[in-house]
Amino acid sequence: MLCCICKEKEATVHLTQIAGDKMQKVDLCEECAKTKGVNDPTGFSLADLLLGLGASKEIEQAGGGAEVKCPRCGFTQSDFKKAGRLGCPDCYKSFSDALDGLLKTMHKGTRHVGKVPESLRHSRDLADRLKTLQKKLVKAVEAEHFEEAALLRDEIKQTTARLGSPALP
Amino acid sequence: MDLHQFLTPPAQTARLKGPYDRIVTSSRVRLARNLKETPFPGWAKKPDRVRVLETIRPAVAALPEMRESFSETMDTLSMLDKQILVERHLISREHAQRSAGSGLVLNREETLCFMINEEDHLRMQALRPGLQLRQAWTAIDQADSALEKRLDYAFSSELGYLTACPTNLGTAIRVSAMLHLPGLVLAEQINPIIQSVNKLGLAVRGLYGEGTEALGNVFQVSNQMTLGESESAIVERLEKVLAQIIEHEENARATLLEKKTKMMFNHIGRAYGILANAHSISSKETMNLLSLMRLGVDVGLFPGVDRSLVDELFLLTQPAHLQKLHAEEPSAEDPKQHSEKLSAEQRDLLRADMVRERLKSVNRPLPKPAPAGPIGLDKPEK
Repeated sequence: MLCCICKEKEATVHLTQIAGDKMQKVDLCEECAKTKGVNDPTGFSLADLLLGLGASKEIEQAGGGAEVKCPRCGFTQSDFKKAGRLGCPDCYKSFSDALDGLLKTMHKGTRHVGKVPESLRHSRDLADRLKTLQKKLVKAVEAEHFEEAALLRDEIKQTTARLGSPALP
Repeated sequence: MDLHQFLTPPAQTARLKGPYDRIVTSSRVRLARNLKETPFPGWAKKPDRVRVLETIRPAVAALPEMRESFSETMDTLSMLDKQILVERHLISREHAQRSAGSGLVLNREETLCFMINEEDHLRMQALRPGLQLRQAWTAIDQADSALEKRLDYAFSSELGYLTACPTNLGTAIRVSAMLHLPGLVLAEQINPIIQSVNKLGLAVRGLYGEGTEALGNVFQVSNQMTLGESESAIVERLEKVLAQIIEHEENARATLLEKKTKMMFNHIGRAYGILANAHSISSKETMNLLSLMRLGVDVGLFPGVDRSLVDELFLLTQPAHLQKLHAEEPSAEDPKQHSEKLSAEQRDLLRADMVRERLKSVNRPLPKPAPAGPIGLDKPEK
């Protein structure tokens, strides 16, 4: 069996991880196991390794064959394939199509739940409020409740003004 | 006192007490943070990394809880001191390899540690003895909230805190506990336990040793998923699972005491015999035997002996700690000799000497538990 990273040497390190109902296997040669930190039980996570292998496939498909490049940091899909890590925070936007599916398999959800920096908490509340209002407006218009719609439109204007800058990242 | 002197053994942390520390040796919560619009450390050019270090290090050192902390850049630390930090689980092996452009801020209690430019720009962790996940989370949450006022974090309302590796995305939290589980290992119940914990989406790994081998019967349990579940929910989930593991371990010990007394006492007695009399012993064997001695202390075979004696030895017999102790010892004839790197064989001799010396005051194990001593059940200790 050949190592699934370098695809050159014989694989001598075999790893299996069971998480939930999923079982994942990786076979590595001595050298790749070392560079990937398999010998370091405190720092090593099989998920990281699988990520580097599985992600590349998804990213290639999403890119339609063309090399996607992060406009901020110049990181490319082949860099991601090699490193299993991204180049900068903006890479999440640059590679969002490919990452979507990956995040689904890796995490409990695809939307952040939990702590939010305080400076953003306020504007996020407003943004959420804005979304709700817009949905209500559509419904009110559909139902031909024009008075309600007018009120909603005013509130949307106010909220947008309070939010200052439009949409958040 | 500088960090170099501070790291000279003995370590105080091994003596700290915490809830359920018979089984849970320590609790830890780690958060990862990155600066907006800045390449992650693995992709950043050196000037970027230096700028990040120069932005984050003073911000961290200025935290009220980090007063009188050690704030270092990795290029100023010796390899030996870095290894000591790794053995105390304060920094990762990966971070120990870093040099200029990376840094470390550590408080004197060894309860808060910040790694700058490891895999992420900032990785901060709170450590507590025993089972104290909630306390560790509160401490690190507080430090993080203070830092976000001075640092511009990369955050998206959709994906949460943005991290170099997508596996940490979202809360970017890693909640973990170190467990000593000799009862489950001796009773051969450890594998089903690991499997069922895995099924709950938590990772279990041996803390020492490679592959499936868990030296010293020490295991680390931690969350894996970070997106789609809040920090407090993750902490609570881990607490629940840990409570069950503790119960299983206590039950395993009680059953062994009752039904496999001879087997258990045989293991403990032999462990004591070798540790107290060996003249050369490997790190691996030491850890495995110390684990059995710790179990012996827990079930009352060594009355009057405190668990911290074993815990301290567990740390001090690790390779870098031995080397450091050796290097700091007042030299008799040749001062140069002490600064040289010890070979594995030399370490085995020194290790055995140290263990023998420390166990001099420990009487051999009782043939049965002392009647007044704590037995298998988890009674609160005085």
